[in-house]
Parts: sequence; C-alpha cells; structure tokens
Amino acid sequence: MRNIWIIAKREYNHYFISPIAYVVAVALLLLTGGYFSLMLFAANQSGSFGGFVPEISEVNNLFGFLLLLSIPALTMRVIADETRSGAIELLLTAPIRDFELIAGKWLGSFLFVLTLISVTLLYLIILSPQVTPHPDWKLAASSYIGLILLAGALIALGVGISAIFSNQVTAFIATFGLFIFLWWLIGAPASLFPVGGDFFTYMTINAHFGDTLSQGNFYLTDLTYFLSLIAIGLFTGTLAIEIRRWK
Amino acid sequence: MIQVSGLIKDYGARRALNSISFNANQGEIVGFLGPNGAGKTTTMRILTGYMPPTDGTIIVAGHNVVEESLEVRKRVGYLPETVPLYNEMTAFEYLKFMGQLRRLPNVEERALETLDTVNLDARAHSYIGTFSKGMRQRIGLAQALLHRPEVLILDEPTIGLDPNQVAEIREVIREIGKDRTVLFSTHILSEAQQICDRVLIINKGKIVAEDTPENLQSKLVGAQQVILRVRGDSDDLAEKIKKIKGVKRVEKKEDNSIEFEFSVGQDARPLVAKTAVQGGYDLLEMRTASMSLEEIFLELTRESASSVKKSS
Repeated sequence: MRNIWIIAKREYNHYFISPIAYVVAVALLLLTGGYFSLMLFAANQSGSFGGFVPEISEVNNLFGFLLLLSIPALTMRVIADETRSGAIELLLTAPIRDFELIAGKWLGSFLFVLTLISVTLLYLIILSPQVTPHPDWKLAASSYIGLILLAGALIALGVGISAIFSNQVTAFIATFGLFIFLWWLIGAPASLFPVGGDFFTYMTINAHFGDTLSQGNFYLTDLTYFLSLIAIGLFTGTLAIEIRRWK
Repeated sequence: MIQVSGLIKDYGARRALNSISFNANQGEIVGFLGPNGAGKTTTMRILTGYMPPTDGTIIVAGHNVVEESLEVRKRVGYLPETVPLYNEMTAFEYLKFMGQLRRLPNVEERALETLDTVNLDARAHSYIGTFSKGMRQRIGLAQALLHRPEVLILDEPTIGLDPNQVAEIREVIREIGKDRTVLFSTHILSEAQQICDRVLIINKGKIVAEDTPENLQSKLVGAQQVILRVRGDSDDLAEKIKKIKGVKRVEKKEDNSIEFEFSVGQDARPLVAKTAVQGGYDLLEMRTASMSLEEIFLELTRESASSVKKSS
C-alpha cells in the first residue's frame, strides 16, 4: 500500500507541472463555470419562465460528459511517457509489484481529477442561498458520488490503455474510442433484441451515471458497475506491464 | 553473489543469449565486454528482474530472479544504459523518491550522502532537467548506490563522461567493489583492464572468454613477450639469453633493446636478469610487452571466435 501512495504522490505532483493538465483543468472549469453562470442567470429570469430551479447536478452532468475527452488527455502519458523515456526500466527493477505501480499511477491521476471536481463545490456554496428553501442535498450528494465514480472508472481504463501503448497519441485515441463505445455504442444493439436487450443498455456508462446517479437515484448496481470498470482498468494495466516484461 | 547457469533468452525466433553461465563473488568486480548487440544489456536486464529469462537458473544475492524477483530487486542496484530520470525533479527529490520506493530509513540523509559520493552535493537542489550528460550519469549511479546494494549492476557507467569524471566514477566503482559484487559492462577495454578482477567477453549471446585480464593475455598469446634494455652494446647478451631454458625467441631491436619470448609457466625473467647483471651490463629496463586487451578482444570476437578459445 505504501508503494502505491509513493507512486501516487509523484504522479499527483507531476500534474501541476504538466501543461496538458493545466489545459484540461482550465477547459473543464471554464466550461462548467460558464454553464453554471448561465444557469443562475436563467434561474433569476425564471419568474417569468415558471419555477426553474437550478441544481448542481446539472453542472456535474456536464463535468462528467467533459471527462470523456479530458481523461484520455490526462492518462495518455501516464505509462507511455515512462516507457518512452526509459524510466520504466528503473520502476520495474525497483522492489515494487507491477500492480502497485499501476494502482499508484491511477490513484495519483484520480486525486488530481478529484481536486478539479472539488472546485465545483464552490458553485454549490454560491448556489445554496439562491435556492429556497435549500438545494436538493440528496440529489447533490448523489451526483457527486456519480461523478467521482465515473472519474475513477475512466481514469482506470485510461491508465490501463496507456500501459498497452508506448505512443501517447495512440493511447489517447484508443482511450477516447473506448469511452465513446462505453458511453453510447455498446447500448446500440439493445433495440435489436426483444428479450435480453436490456443487458446492452445496462453496459453503457450513461445507464449508471446520466440516468441514475445524476438524477438522485443511487443503486448498488451502479456502484458495482463503476468498481468493476476500475478493476478491469487496473487489471489490464498490470497485465500489459507483465506482457511487456516477456516481450 | 551472482550465479548464472545455462541462461537462454529468445526474442521471438532470435536467440539473444545462448546458454550463458558465470559466477561473480562478493568483493569482485567483473567486467562484461562485448561488441554492440552481443547480449550485455539483455543479460543485465535479466539479472535485475526487468525481464524473465527463457531458460536457465539465475541466483542473485541469494535469491532466484524468477521466483523471488522482489527479493532480488531489493538487493540489487542498477544503472541502465540510458539513464532515465525525471527532469522536473531536483536531484535530491529524485533520490528521495527512489529511496522511498525502496523503503530506506532516514531517506533524506541517505540521499544527501549518496549525492556526496558522486560529487553532486552542490547541485542537490537543482532540477535534473538542467543537468549535463555527465551529471545525469552520476545521478543514475547515485540511484543505484542509494540503498547500498549487495550487488551492483552497471550498464556502461562511464559512457558520455569527461576524463575527470570517468576517473571519479571508476574510483567509486573500485571502492564499492571492495566488499560488494559489481558487474559492469563496457566496450572500453582499458577500463576493464584497469578496474576489473575478472573479465567476461561475450559475443553473439555466448561467453567466449572468461578470466583475469592478465591471464586472458597470456592464455591467448601462449607466450609472454618481454623487452629488456641495458646500457651499451647488447649483442653478446642477446646470445646468452638465447641459451636460457624456456626462452623461445630473442630479437635484437634497432634501439639496442632486446625482445624475448618465453612460454607461459616457464618464467625466464629471473634468469635473464641474473645473466645480464652477472655479465656486467647495467640493467635499465625490463617490461612485459604483452598483447593488449584490445587485440584479444578483436581476436575473440572475430568469426573464428570459438576456435580461438579451443586452441588456448
């Protein structure tokens, strides 16, 4: 566990000197912030539109959607960069397990994205006095849980793919492709099967984020779904490192 | 400390290492020589647990590299061929990070000590990105020395350094080699000659020679050449030396020195010296003029490498 933490700490610090991390951070916060402002503006006008209540979950929804593009940009270099520079050789000959390396890389990136997510709590603070009697706390909590789980899962998959490819661009495209596939495409065959088509819908990320958690509905299956994705991502990454050793 | 037997490594259909066997003991500095692509780096990567062997038994610091990889990695210090470093970290931060991964006690103190060993203490808090190649090489070495490993494996440690730094690094290696095991690869032969207790010459995935630098020379040449210089005319002396037992060939050189050759095991030098002194000559110089390791290396790594070994 300690090794995971040491790797994670370096990874986390690395983000604060990485230009691409700043681009991602600025883009995420600018877009969600802009959206939030518009929402507040619309709510203030809503006297005439009829009872529009702004909710933080709307912002989190957008944040989650933007992660589809941001996470591949963040994770593409995680292992690929170490491979390119050759630093992987020292990490793989240090007395740490391959899993600890992957898990540490995941945790570091996860903590960075959590830091970005935590900035949106500011919006919640701004929002709460404007909504009477108070914001829907259950909805807010549920949407944050959803966003955090989503980020964890996407990062795990991104790290896993970064371990497979030694080229960053390839890693980015593969990760982004996988996300698009998981978000919508995998659910497409649902309508083709009159029986059992639900399975495909169940496999989409949207079914566990957009349709449930961000609507204030928390199901155990959603938790299982995201934890499974994290496990698959970390396992893939570890396996990729093992295979790299044999090549 | 290092026991390798029957090490085989295949990359797909290509056999990179073909049944390599050797030992290195504690307090021994072993030089690993060979042309590029001979299998030096592959062997070192297997010894450090970076990649598994296809076949063979490898014990490093008392542990099997395949079955107890983590135990081996704890006890080995490794400097890879291209020193991979994190440019955004300072030298001190980097060593601290590596030390933490190795769970060293007093890691900050240890990092500073090691920086001192490689003469980088003045730059401890500079970013690695600003370092010259020689400094990077030394940080890489510091990283390998940090945990005071029982076995040190260095892949071309002096490459890219200026002569002063080379001398410093060699001194460090020699110092460490006193009580630990050092295996280092090089293609600079004089370097191997200077610091190694033993030399392994590898070519095309096979060990073609293994011995002390001195023995390698005598074994290969089969005879030792000595140059003798005396004051004044030495024609008579050359005649006398010819009659000494064991002397195979005597040649009078233009500069009035005498070159003679004797078979290994029949050291004729004491008798030659006595003859010269008793004959009333002023003995000025007597030195071995042996084949340099460079020549041996070329000899061994040529196509006829295997036949050379058999005949020696």
